[in-house]
Parts: sequence; C-alpha cells; structure tokens
Amino acid sequence: MSDWLSPEEWTAVRLSLLVATTAMLASLPFGIATAWLLARGRFWGKSLLDALVHLPLILPPVVTGYLLLIGFGRRGPIGQWLYDWFGIVLSFRWTGAALACAVMGFPLLVRAIRLSIEAVDRKLEDAAGTLGANPFWVFLTVTLPLCLPGILAGMILCFAKAMGEFGATITFVSNIPGETQTLPSAIYTFTQVPNGDAGALRLTLISIAISVAALFASEVLARVIGKRIAVE
Amino acid sequence: MTNAIEIAVSHQLGAFRLAADFTSDGRLTALFGRSGSGKTSLVNIIAGLTRPERGRIAIDGQVLLDSERGIFVPKHRRRIGYVFQEARLFPHLTVRQNLLYGQWFAPKADVGSNIGDVLDLLGIGHLLQRHPGRLSGGEKQRVAIGRALLAKPRLLLMDEPLASLDEARKAEILPYIERLRDAFGIPIVYVSHSVAEVARLASNLVLLDQGRAIASGSTIDLMSRPDVPILSAAPEAGSVLDARILRHEPEHGLSILETQAGQVQVPHRAQALGSRLRVRILASDVLISLKPLDGISALNVLSGTIAEIGARRSGGSALEIGIDCNGASLLARLTSKSAEHLRLAPGNRVYAVIKSVSIDGQ
Repeated sequence: MSDWLSPEEWTAVRLSLLVATTAMLASLPFGIATAWLLARGRFWGKSLLDALVHLPLILPPVVTGYLLLIGFGRRGPIGQWLYDWFGIVLSFRWTGAALACAVMGFPLLVRAIRLSIEAVDRKLEDAAGTLGANPFWVFLTVTLPLCLPGILAGMILCFAKAMGEFGATITFVSNIPGETQTLPSAIYTFTQVPNGDAGALRLTLISIAISVAALFASEVLARVIGKRIAVE
Repeated sequence: MTNAIEIAVSHQLGAFRLAADFTSDGRLTALFGRSGSGKTSLVNIIAGLTRPERGRIAIDGQVLLDSERGIFVPKHRRRIGYVFQEARLFPHLTVRQNLLYGQWFAPKADVGSNIGDVLDLLGIGHLLQRHPGRLSGGEKQRVAIGRALLAKPRLLLMDEPLASLDEARKAEILPYIERLRDAFGIPIVYVSHSVAEVARLASNLVLLDQGRAIASGSTIDLMSRPDVPILSAAPEAGSVLDARILRHEPEHGLSILETQAGQVQVPHRAQALGSRLRVRILASDVLISLKPLDGISALNVLSGTIAEIGARRSGGSALEIGIDCNGASLLARLTSKSAEHLRLAPGNRVYAVIKSVSIDGQ
C-alpha cells in the first residue's frame, strides 16, 4: 500500500481523516444544542438563528472562507481573542481547516438532528417527567436516545461534507502540504501540475472509497439502532 | 381530617371550560363521564402536565398547586404515577429498564413497592428482557402500571388504561387493577367511561359532565340513585352492594350472601365463609311487585320501600326507581307505563324480584 501512494499523498489522506473527524466531533455538541433550540425553543430571533445556521449552505464557500479569515485570522477579532487567552491559532493550521469544515457541515448536521428531535413523541417525554425525571434527564434518557438515528445521519453528512470541503478551507487556511492540504486540495494541486493525472486519480479513488465506507457504516449502525428502538 | 385528594381547578381550553371541584378519600376514585367531559384534561392537570389558570390541588395534605399562593410543583417533583391510555413505554429500553426508570429519580429513603411484589402482582416477570415493541397490548399496559408503581408515587392516575384493549385483554387486566387497589396503599384516580368498570373497581366516584364535577361520593350510593342520568340512564346501570358469604348450599350449587338489603343466592363461590365481595344488580334485571309473590322461579326477592322515582327520559319509555331495602339502595328500571299502572309513589312497599346477580371481584 505504502509504495502505491507517495508519502505526501498519505499525509493528505491522514490529514483529511483527522480534519473531518475533528470537525464532526467538535461540532456535534453545538449541533445538538442548536437543533434542540430550533426544534423546541420559542424565542425571539429563532428564524434569524435558523438563517444563520443555513448560511454556509447557500453562500459561495469562498465567501464563507473569507469571512472565517476576517473573523478567526490572527488579527481577526475572534482569532486574536483565542490566541491571547488560549494560545490557539487557527489560520494556516489544520485546526483552521477543521473549523472551516465544521462550519460548512454544520447546517447538514443541525438539519438532520432537528428533524429527528421533532419526530420524537412528546408524550414519551411527558411520561418520563411524571416518573420523576427533570427536563435535563428527560432529554438525556429519552429524547437523545430516540433521535440517535438522526444524530448519526447528521454526523455522517457532516463527515462527508468535511471530507469534500475545498473552497472555504483553501480560502481560510490555504493549501500547505502536511498542515492544511486535505484530499480535495491535494487533488486540485495535482491537476495544476504536469503529469499529475495519476496522483489525482489515486486520491480520487481513495476519496470515493472513504465516502462509500462512511455511508456503509452509517447504514449498518442505523439498522442496529433501528432494531433496538422498534416503533411501539 | 384531611381528604387524600382535594381538587378545585378551573381552566379554559379553547371553547371548553373545565371547572371541577371535589374531594375524595377512597382507595380508588373513578372519574366518570362521557368522552369530551374533561376527564383526561383533569388528570393532566393533577399530574402537572397542564398548568391550570386557577386552582388548588392537594394530595395527602401536600399542596401541589395553589394558584393564589403561587405554588406550582412541576411534574417531575409531584411523585404522581401516571398510567396513560396508550402505555407510553420507552421503546429504546427493555421492560426491566422501563420498570426501573422511575426508581432512579425517586428519593432513596422512601420505601416504595418491592420490584418482586410488583412483578408478582402484574405477572410480568417473564418479560423483563424484552423490548416494548414485542409486547401485546395487555402486557404493555401491565408494564406501564408496574413502571408507575415502582416510581414510589403518592397517587396513581390511570387514564382509561383499558380503552385501547379488546374485551379479552380487559378481562385479563381488571383483576390486576383490583389487586393493586387492595394490596398497595396508594390511592388511585381512575378515569373511565364504562359503568361496568367503575362499578367493579371504584370505591368512590366523581361524575364529570361538560367539564364540571356534577356529583361525587361513594360508588354504592351514586350507582343506586335514579336521578343521576349519566349513570342511571346507561344501559348497564345498576346498583352495587357489599356482600359477605353467609353459607354454601352445595346440594344446589349455590352460595348464600348476606347484604344490607337482605340475603341473595348466587351460583356457588369458591371463597371461604365470611369473605367479602361486591355484587352488582343491573336495574334492568329487577322487577317490581306490590305483593309478595308466590309460585315464582326467581330465588332472590328483596322487600323495601320506594325511595325515589326518576323522570322518564325524553324519547324513551323507561325510568329508574330507587328502592330502599333496609337502608341499602336498589335501582330498578321499568317502563313509565308500568310505573303509572302500579301507581308507584315514594313510600310504597314493594318487592324487588331480581333475575340475576353478578359478582365483581375475586
């Protein structure tokens, strides 16, 4: 295997997996919280939040990447604050690539989870309440397990989006081999150099394989979970 | 003395106004009324699922709601078990996990029902490892009762727990509810629109009509009143009497019961002498005679005086009369024509010929 791909290509594959997994896991808590707010919350500005969450879906990725650069760059208001307080640097680092991917995948994540929260039978939550569970425990022991299939679907969508994210990533953190050069950026680089076709094709095949494997894994998991929470 | 259950609430639900006010200290208080009379809305308020505009609710002296003093105990702190019409078991948990769910949250210091007792009572010990999706309707409802019971409730609400089951399943569950009523010291509020269920189970009755509690009292008193149309006009209206087994007559296959109204003979019962049970006499199974009868096949004839004559229902031919038999009340249904013909009036001495007596309970 290792002589099939050059070390640089391996690095791009590993980096892509790391970035996509980080993006998926780090955005999950925020995704669940936002989905819950949108599904159940009643507050002023709910449609505004909804629009904001969906913005990366409709904006050109380059615009999203540029907004990230303005906000989270070293001299950006949030970037500066993160650096001053936590020593975190996002621009031109793999963590920045993860942030860009997380932002781009967020609407897909939230949408899937929100739909599944809306589908949870409120009557079951009431039943849990009468059995002594406070709203937090009701959420943790009833709502969350029941929307697990939706959460899983959202995670897979977010992961797949992150694996393929290109525009926002390259705008925000550029295309540095070994640091921010993910699969799509590497493929793009190959297409820009003479005799790069073979490399581009190899990475394309790997990209397809990872996506299919993710989809397959989610199908299997969904079936297992679906069996456990068979509809009453 | 404080009543176990004190309720006075008023709440507007769209065009429907619920204004119910009653107390009860019975072991099983039935909320009885037609569909749409506000029964479920009322139990939702008791459980804390709905917050009424105004009112006061106290269970065993503990105030759960008092709008004037700004008290509203949220549902998870009320410790009121709720058995819903449609079981509402958690589909992602096994039967065992469903049963134990409430115990995680109940105060550890409280001595609640023992899980072994509950499994025995409900006969669900063999279901523990299953998921709710694989249970029959009757099994689900028994698990739901067990789950509510194990949360150590101060009060158990049961909202037509038998409504979604067929007759065979109902007959399967009724004995469990009777045992629950008699063996666990938890007061029960039971919602029903079935006269037969209420007659069999309830010690106390609250009659709801269009959102108002129109009458409340002991089941035995209310059931034999001819002037409460939502009960007395029902096809299966009838009086309920407490009875005790006086002796057996094995040569005739009969048991002789003693009631306040007099002795009645029923097909042989297996219970020991002195056992208490409840008999029910349908109003339509009672004939009235002005003289003691001779040469009649019916075994059970009780004498008494007419206490009250109900009004003939518009569009019908029948009316109900209440007969005072030695202090106990018996309800009889006859046509208004017969009542006129016999010139029945309160105070008349009559003989009630009873065609059949049904026995409720073990």
